[in-house]
Amino acid sequence: MPSSSFRGTSQPGGGQAGSAPLLGGTPEPTIFELSSPGRSAWSFRTTGIPETPMTDLVPADHLRPEPPALAEVSERDLVAHVTRLTHRQFSVDLGAYPLGSCTMKYNPKVCDAVASLPGLTAVHPSAPPSLTQGWLAVLVELEAALCAITGMAAATLQPAAGAAGELTGLLLMRAWHRSRGENRHKVIIPDSAHGTNPASVSLGGYQVVTVPSDSRGCVDMRALRTVLDGDVAGIMLTNPNTLGLFEEDIAEIAAAVHEVGGLLYYDGANLNAILGVVRPGDMGFDVVHLNLHKTFATPHGGGGPGAGPVAVSERLVPFLPGPRPVRLDGNGGLVGELSYGWAVPEHSIGRMHSWHGNALVLARALTYILLHGSDGLRQVAEVAVLNANWIRHRLSGTYEVPFDRPCMHEVVLSVRDLRREHGVRAMDVAKAVLDTGFHAPTVSFPLIVDEALMIEPTETESPQTLAALVTALEGIAAQARSDPDALHAAPRTTPVGRVDEARAARHLVPTFDAR
Amino acid sequence: MATYIPHTDDEIDTMLASISLSSLDELFSAIPEAIRVQGALELAAGVSEPDVLAHLESLAGRNGRDGRGLVCFAGGGAYDHEIPAVTRALAGRSEFVTSYTPYQAEVAQGVLQALFEYQTMIARLFGLPLANASLYDGASATVEAVNLGVAASGRSRVWLSEGIHPHWRQVVATCATGTGHDLVTVRLDGGTTRWPDPGTAGPPGVVVVGYPNYLGCLEDIPGARALCDATGAVLVVAADPVATGVLCSPGGQGADVVVGEGQVFGSALGFGGPYLGLFACRQEHVRRLPGRLVGETVDTEGRRAYVTTLRTREQDIRREKATSNVCTNQTLMAITAAIQLAWLGTEGLAELARRCARATHFLHDALVGIDGVTPYSRAPFLREFAVRLPVPASTVVDRMADAGFLAGIDLAGAYDGGEHALLVTATERRTRQEIDAYVTAFTKAVA
Repeated sequence: MPSSSFRGTSQPGGGQAGSAPLLGGTPEPTIFELSSPGRSAWSFRTTGIPETPMTDLVPADHLRPEPPALAEVSERDLVAHVTRLTHRQFSVDLGAYPLGSCTMKYNPKVCDAVASLPGLTAVHPSAPPSLTQGWLAVLVELEAALCAITGMAAATLQPAAGAAGELTGLLLMRAWHRSRGENRHKVIIPDSAHGTNPASVSLGGYQVVTVPSDSRGCVDMRALRTVLDGDVAGIMLTNPNTLGLFEEDIAEIAAAVHEVGGLLYYDGANLNAILGVVRPGDMGFDVVHLNLHKTFATPHGGGGPGAGPVAVSERLVPFLPGPRPVRLDGNGGLVGELSYGWAVPEHSIGRMHSWHGNALVLARALTYILLHGSDGLRQVAEVAVLNANWIRHRLSGTYEVPFDRPCMHEVVLSVRDLRREHGVRAMDVAKAVLDTGFHAPTVSFPLIVDEALMIEPTETESPQTLAALVTALEGIAAQARSDPDALHAAPRTTPVGRVDEARAARHLVPTFDAR
Repeated sequence: MATYIPHTDDEIDTMLASISLSSLDELFSAIPEAIRVQGALELAAGVSEPDVLAHLESLAGRNGRDGRGLVCFAGGGAYDHEIPAVTRALAGRSEFVTSYTPYQAEVAQGVLQALFEYQTMIARLFGLPLANASLYDGASATVEAVNLGVAASGRSRVWLSEGIHPHWRQVVATCATGTGHDLVTVRLDGGTTRWPDPGTAGPPGVVVVGYPNYLGCLEDIPGARALCDATGAVLVVAADPVATGVLCSPGGQGADVVVGEGQVFGSALGFGGPYLGLFACRQEHVRRLPGRLVGETVDTEGRRAYVTTLRTREQDIRREKATSNVCTNQTLMAITAAIQLAWLGTEGLAELARRCARATHFLHDALVGIDGVTPYSRAPFLREFAVRLPVPASTVVDRMADAGFLAGIDLAGAYDGGEHALLVTATERRTRQEIDAYVTAFTKAVA
């Protein structure tokens, strides 16, 4: 653990949460290798139900001779196995996770407590509104808050993650154009976009048109104007973009796209940078997806669950997925004593989820929003942007900053100099960061920056932790010059060394049975 | 207000000074003044943790009937199964809960190995060699299977059995407006699918059938396989993963792709999410597999290690040519399922399926003994069934709630005669006492 002070003097103590290296240096056998025939952990209720033979219940030709083989372990073995696996896993709770674009901020524990309330967890999703007024209130409150934050008219909470939100938004755009008798074919995406954007565009039935970024890292207005025509259904933008820069020409972009009858889609991956400062609706966007697992700190769970609500402007509200949770009172729609119910919008594109979305994730996000309120959300943006700019400032003499101007919540560095002069790549730097006890920054993204290192500190890391991260990155840059081979050999202190990805693909072993 | 920002005011001032700014506002100078929020967002100010918790507790208290939870007899892809303390404890480990997608394999062996074990378990349950690392839910898994099937067969016509969950069919239909697939819903007859003659109707590229289907009935999978062999269609089976404990393996009966809802393995009912989309397929479809896949490999020292693999299928590399747009999926639910399946083990899974089947059949026999209550269909079933009622199903659900039960799922709008039909299940958690009390209340509710 490098020690440093953010004030530049060596002060002991105070505030350094920092990070910690992982335990778990010994390989853990798979659960199947720990299996011992006949061992068991399961235990069911005593029910008093007669033990009728299965052949009396189901035709014999549907019954299998043997159950599928699973691991057979004791509860004690299971606990030891899984606990040892957790010692081989880095997490936000262990330390700083400056993974750009992914917004790995601290996840408040009170949100876990909410997501564990029996009154929320034990509710079956098919239960009618008379039995789910509390849940409907949660959803309606969240929708209202998300609309206030984004400046939009209404939202669907169904999409289970950002990419599902993107597809939902594109299908909304498609339905809107169709309702006007138009059948457009193209969607514009900047070359700095997340990969989910073009993939979602394809699934939405559109062709991708890529526009380049200009020398300032923003959408090239001239290039944009050359591709805008009556066949453009819309443009997908992330703002701040994936370089961590605000698209200053947003009003001009919005006017130009609207001019040709297109719609503006806001990829909310970076909304955390502008909470309470500027709203997508006020920038001119028509469709907005939010990543609740980024901006509103619902935990990422090792890669999900997320939640990707989509908020829209007034003219798209009739097309939202249904059924939607709605308030019934005050609307001439009083039904008995119920305050909330379901409604299907007039021109709904249909369902996007088996039920109502990732409900327990939605409840966590509402909790986070209520805790922070209008004042706290603004502070989240302010300190996230402050932390990123402080990092940029401190590292700009050590690493190349390709777009060297004030950034928003994240900063993109490049190690192309180190690669050219010392053969050290961004991935080598990332692996060396792992040896310092921090998680690595994002590497090789955005695609338009060679050897990119993207750092998103988030607002929940202290200045002392940032200083320690800076010290670690400075040390790695120095080592890249003095001993580049050491970086090629990194990481050395992690539970496993650099893994052979090529072998994994060439000699595919996707299950224990395939080895 | 609660805050999770560690900075003191003094520290913020020091940081601002070091980047030559005098206020936090100046951080946003790139944002044109004209579009900025004037004043505060139209949200209440922040409040303390205990205050927020009390608010959410009060909302949670408004679920159920008069604040009382209901004994659950509803299923339809969301089941009230035992979630033991050990699953809750292990799945709640913050190393799993608060980590990101395992892009840096060297510090993510915990998640990666748990997913590798999950993939192995799902492949074994479904009788196929390959399972991915999760999709959102049963509906999204079905959508992805349809997309895979269309790509593999080169034909966009999809025969979708009416026995697939009505909501899943709706999601498939929503997504088909983008992909342009030609969906044909194939009606049930007596509880199981009656496939059209492909000679007359034109051959499908994909055939999708449930096992058991939404109404609990056991479909003829070998028959569907023969249909696909005759037409070159890809066979997708939407299977109940609990049922695989006793029923013939869907892969073994000829499915090319098997999908399912994995909520049954350790995830709370939770008003419908987060759940778990299960996806398994034949080896030949590996390059079309949607979502993440974990593979075993070695590190520089030759030690066993795991990593996400065949990444060139995925959206961040392949972009508009990716097999799917899925990025964040349901990893935590997949890890939860792996833990729950390890807790169950071979015999526990079979015993779970048997207990569900016995409780459900016991309940079925009692219900169809009530005056005016008849089976919705005569097809064999395992752990769920539908009954026709002499009164609207919504009335029965409402009256049964007064007695403390969630009676089942009202089939209004979903199936022929659904206004007077109810879908019912009894899981391994339902006791004889509960079932007897349910039947007594039901007798009154339909009178």
